[in-house]
Amino acid sequence: MPSPFILSRSSVTQVMAWVLAALLPGIAVYVWLFGPGILITLALATVTALAAEAAMLKARAYPVKPFLFDLSAIVTAWLLALSLPSLAPWWLIVTGTLFAIVVAKHLYGGLGQNIFNPAMVGYAVLIVSFPVQMTQWAGPAELGPTLDLAQSAAAIFGGLDPATLDAVTMATPLDTLRTGLIQQHTVDEVMAQPIFGRFGGTGFEWLAFAFWIGGLMLWSRRIISWHIPMAFLAGVWLTAGFLHFFDAGRFGPPWFHFFAPSVALCAFFIATDPVSGATTPRGKLIFGLGAGFLTIVIRTWGGFPDGVAFAILLMNLAVPLIDQYTQPRIYGEMKKNSSDAVKEPLT
Amino acid sequence: MSRELFKFKGGIHPPGHKDESNSRPIHAAPLPKRLVIPLRQHIGNPAKPLVNVGDRVLKGQMIAAASGTISAAVHASSSGIVSAIDMQPVPHVSGLPDLCVTIETDGRDEWTDHAPLDYQAMTPADLRMQLRDMGLAGLGGAVFPSAVKLDPGAAQTCPTLIINGGECEPWITCDDVLMRTHADDILQGVAIMRHLLGSSEILVGIEDNKPEAIAAMQTAVARMDFAVEVVTVPARYPGGGAKQMIETLTGKQVPSGKLSTDIGIQVFNVGTAYSLARAVHHGEPLISRLVTVTGHVLRPQNVEVLIGTPMHTLIALAGERDGTTGVLMGGPMMGVPMPNLDVPVVKATNCILVKSAELFPPLPRALPCIRCTRCAEACPAELQPQELFRFAKADDFGRAQEYHLFDCIECGCCSYVCPSHIPLVDFYRYAKSEIWARERDKRASDLARERHEFRQFRQEREKAEKAEKLAAKAQAKRAELAAAPAESSNAALSEADAKKALIAAALARAQAKKAEATPKNTDHLSPDTQREIEEIEARRAKIRELARKPLESEEKT
Repeated sequence: MPSPFILSRSSVTQVMAWVLAALLPGIAVYVWLFGPGILITLALATVTALAAEAAMLKARAYPVKPFLFDLSAIVTAWLLALSLPSLAPWWLIVTGTLFAIVVAKHLYGGLGQNIFNPAMVGYAVLIVSFPVQMTQWAGPAELGPTLDLAQSAAAIFGGLDPATLDAVTMATPLDTLRTGLIQQHTVDEVMAQPIFGRFGGTGFEWLAFAFWIGGLMLWSRRIISWHIPMAFLAGVWLTAGFLHFFDAGRFGPPWFHFFAPSVALCAFFIATDPVSGATTPRGKLIFGLGAGFLTIVIRTWGGFPDGVAFAILLMNLAVPLIDQYTQPRIYGEMKKNSSDAVKEPLT
Repeated sequence: MSRELFKFKGGIHPPGHKDESNSRPIHAAPLPKRLVIPLRQHIGNPAKPLVNVGDRVLKGQMIAAASGTISAAVHASSSGIVSAIDMQPVPHVSGLPDLCVTIETDGRDEWTDHAPLDYQAMTPADLRMQLRDMGLAGLGGAVFPSAVKLDPGAAQTCPTLIINGGECEPWITCDDVLMRTHADDILQGVAIMRHLLGSSEILVGIEDNKPEAIAAMQTAVARMDFAVEVVTVPARYPGGGAKQMIETLTGKQVPSGKLSTDIGIQVFNVGTAYSLARAVHHGEPLISRLVTVTGHVLRPQNVEVLIGTPMHTLIALAGERDGTTGVLMGGPMMGVPMPNLDVPVVKATNCILVKSAELFPPLPRALPCIRCTRCAEACPAELQPQELFRFAKADDFGRAQEYHLFDCIECGCCSYVCPSHIPLVDFYRYAKSEIWARERDKRASDLARERHEFRQFRQEREKAEKAEKLAAKAQAKRAELAAAPAESSNAALSEADAKKALIAAALARAQAKKAEATPKNTDHLSPDTQREIEEIEARRAKIRELARKPLESEEKT
């Protein structure tokens, strides 16, 4: 056994556990805003993900135990669950999770091999296939009653009468803005509605802050570097800001996008997925900026309510190219590098 | 006093484990019954043996001479009889045995004649020759012959001299303890280095986890008659690496593929300075060194050890314990596992680290790379280890080289931080050795191809020569044949002429026959008719002449 003979205590499990821990503030705020239904969604996604992971590991003749407990499947499950609407039906959750784990992760080679972010692949499949169910959001607590655990379970498993469901679901701030603009209202008119809060959407902005806190936790633990979150947020702000400056009546203000929970979740938890993201410092900046830019472009002109998932998947495609052309200077590298020559060992 | 320090990129903070061994006083290891002294203890050519089996040798006697410029002599560490000169197991990463001189010691430890050198009276070249013959090599671990490094070369001077008191590997404390106890001797060695290199700036870099060593060196510096700056640097592995120490102290990076002297900086380990002082001021060649014996032993400590002493002697001295799981030469980051404990202490042995399952738990199972780039953040060579790993794993050695595989210093930082516990350095060593093997194969096949191509060329040439000869022969034969019927007329007739001559001769013969057979109506012609005929004949001859000319010219080209 050659050197080195000591290791730091870090492990994949530890990294994943920190990501899950950093999601807890966001989950807590989510429960307060939209009721405890998210806990059912999370549990359902977790069970599905672990079952799919175990089955795929077994099918691929991989040792199940070490890989199952690396927690990476649970991270995928939670990120997808938090991206889905709060009252998404159970089969939507299961389908999305299965697609994420089976197709996006294992058919690409499992942990570390997936070129696309599994959670975002799951999300993209669902929004393309089931656009109606993907808008089943409950209104935030500040604007009306929330469902309790039993009601949420009934909603998710299809036992809630449509009238009650209609009463609690409402368009998200992003949908509201989108629909309003399509109906030729100005941004100011649309954003005078109560669903819009001080920075982003009423209630939704708190969720965004909770994700920010989790992200800062990860950054302080050096689980993530600042590059991708900062570049992504800058990409969102600059693109939205440019459009808003260009025509404030037709394009939402940058702070509205900036303080959206989807943007916060993406900045700190989704875009920072190391496996499918860029690895070099400059590459991370390009990756983040590009994803931020595409998010706003797709939100503004695209056919789907949110652009985060497609922005991330498109940038995932560009990662090998970005990495190849952003290789950093190495120690002692001169402008014209001549170190390619093979150096024979002197002994 | 406070000097602006620079931060080298990457690095890690492994647990130091320095206190185990740095508080006990230095002991001299007992004289072993048998010394096994390898002839290749330095980088470069192995030394050439000067003694024969059965010879009596004295302590400090040269037993093998330096061979070539990059080499160093080897000396008997004690007096005794040479009992063997053969291949013995040595502490080297290759695990292969190497040529060694075995000495059965006589217990008298009798010195050969030795005297201090008046180095200031000697020419630098002579002094360097002497140092090479005294076996001096860098004791920081690389064991590069010191005499070579003490040559400022064409530049005449090396402005900055750095004395490396950075001992960044965990567990090792021999440099720390040496600075605490022999600071004056170290600085005596520095004075000689300064003399040879003509350095104007002398910096001693010591990590902040060695306050006693810093204090001792500062006290000793105050007594010197030239300026030496003792600089406290932050402890961070691999801050004691020469390149990292240079960057910390000067902010300069050694250009890739070049030497530090190219940017006017030379670096020596404190142990090397000490052995230089012993050599010059006491006339003692490098026959012993300070070794840290630590880890899973009863009394971790530093020991003054004769080169050639078997390692088990030192472990016995430090108190062997049950549950030993292996022994390393060097520290846990870059150390080399020892195949057995009969291998001798050599000039490169700074530490003997005894492992146990408790101190060095078995490494956990490796998981796939998740491209988290912690390795890239930790890499002091500023490489992208995750990409190198990917290329090495895929046997894509070309890409690995493009991504600067050969700038990897194998410090182990990447493996240390890897959350997937991938033995990354192993993959780089594998890729490097594969590339070397392929380079060798390529050189061999290039040579074979060259030989093959030359053979083909030679065969072609011989074929052409043969064909030419045959053609010449055939022509000569044809010419002979052609010349035969018109022997006397023209021997130098060309081939076509010969043919035409043959035809003409045949025609003439036929005409003659015809003339014989048929009555001639050309007899008794009128002079007019006769002239007419002659004119016609003349015209025909002319036409024939003209028709022949291009033929001839064609033949010539």
